[in-house]
Amino acid sequence: MMNYIWVIITVFSFFCAIATDNMNTLSSAVISGGTEAITLVIKLSGIICFWNGLMAIAEKSGLTKIICNLLKPALKLLFPKLKDEKAKNAISMNITANLLGLGNAATPLGLEAMKRLQESSLKKDTATDEMVRFVVLNSAALHLVPTTVALLRHEFGSQNPMEILLPSVFTSLLSVSVGVLMTFILRKAFKI
Amino acid sequence: MTSFTDYILPILVTIIIAFGAIKGLNVFDIFLDGAKSGFKTVLGITPALIALIVAVNMLKSSGGLNVISDFFSPLSDLLKIPKEVTPLAILSPISGSGAISMFESILKDHGPDSFIGRCASIMMGSTETTFYAITLYYGSCNIKNTRHTLPAAICADLVSFIFSAIAVKIFLY
Repeated sequence: MMNYIWVIITVFSFFCAIATDNMNTLSSAVISGGTEAITLVIKLSGIICFWNGLMAIAEKSGLTKIICNLLKPALKLLFPKLKDEKAKNAISMNITANLLGLGNAATPLGLEAMKRLQESSLKKDTATDEMVRFVVLNSAALHLVPTTVALLRHEFGSQNPMEILLPSVFTSLLSVSVGVLMTFILRKAFKI
Repeated sequence: MTSFTDYILPILVTIIIAFGAIKGLNVFDIFLDGAKSGFKTVLGITPALIALIVAVNMLKSSGGLNVISDFFSPLSDLLKIPKEVTPLAILSPISGSGAISMFESILKDHGPDSFIGRCASIMMGSTETTFYAITLYYGSCNIKNTRHTLPAAICADLVSFIFSAIAVKIFLY
């Protein structure tokens, strides 16, 4: 998908620049874009590494396990028909990693959960209700600590980079709830 | 003045490190190992960021970004979200690096504490790359029929977009 979008953006920009006679600014955008990307990477790498290091401690000390266990009751609500303990475990570990802003740790746990969920399904090429709900949970973010956003806000001179935390959590909770609600509502319309 | 959100990160950092120390771990060594693996993540997103920041800058400098925002402005007016964030709303379900690139450009042009900047921040904090997640998770176990995944996920994304502006008004003004 990104393949097409990238081509479209580039070609579209070129013709827009012709139409608006902005070829000189387009040219400088091409020259400076790469440098800007590397500057951004350098800015981001500090906080990403720091957060990764902290989370390694949280993992080894059992702190993530504690959060994971706190989430178990919520899982009963989200996956009322799920019995497989190992699947439940992988799902709650995946959600914990997402909450803590550890996208990279969340993915392998999520794939593990999907494999578990698939084992109990009858039609192997079709998503079960649980799979749909799990993927929707993962596609709608629930971050408790928006580190990247806060860092970029700080870099651009925000007076209070973390002020967006409460509204962000509010918005993502709402969005996740609607997503999950839709999986319950639409379940019957999309038969297996 | 200290607001309560200023407590969140310091508390979190202190609890994580202190808890590890109480459990008898060598927290410093564990931190170093973990932080090292962070570089892999950073290196992994670098090529995509280069491609997409150049693309976003081209879009902006050619005036193409305005064309897109204006094209969708009837919709964004209707939903009461600033038209400057519609490109972010379009890009963020598709590409994480694209979203970061667009977000950076919005912060640069409008400032992080403006209405537009705050809206974009909340949008960034409350959405994930929907299409990528769906492709990745179902692709990993060869599932062809994803049933109601896409409609439900898009509903969730729409709620994020619409409520990012509402949340700014409720919480930050």
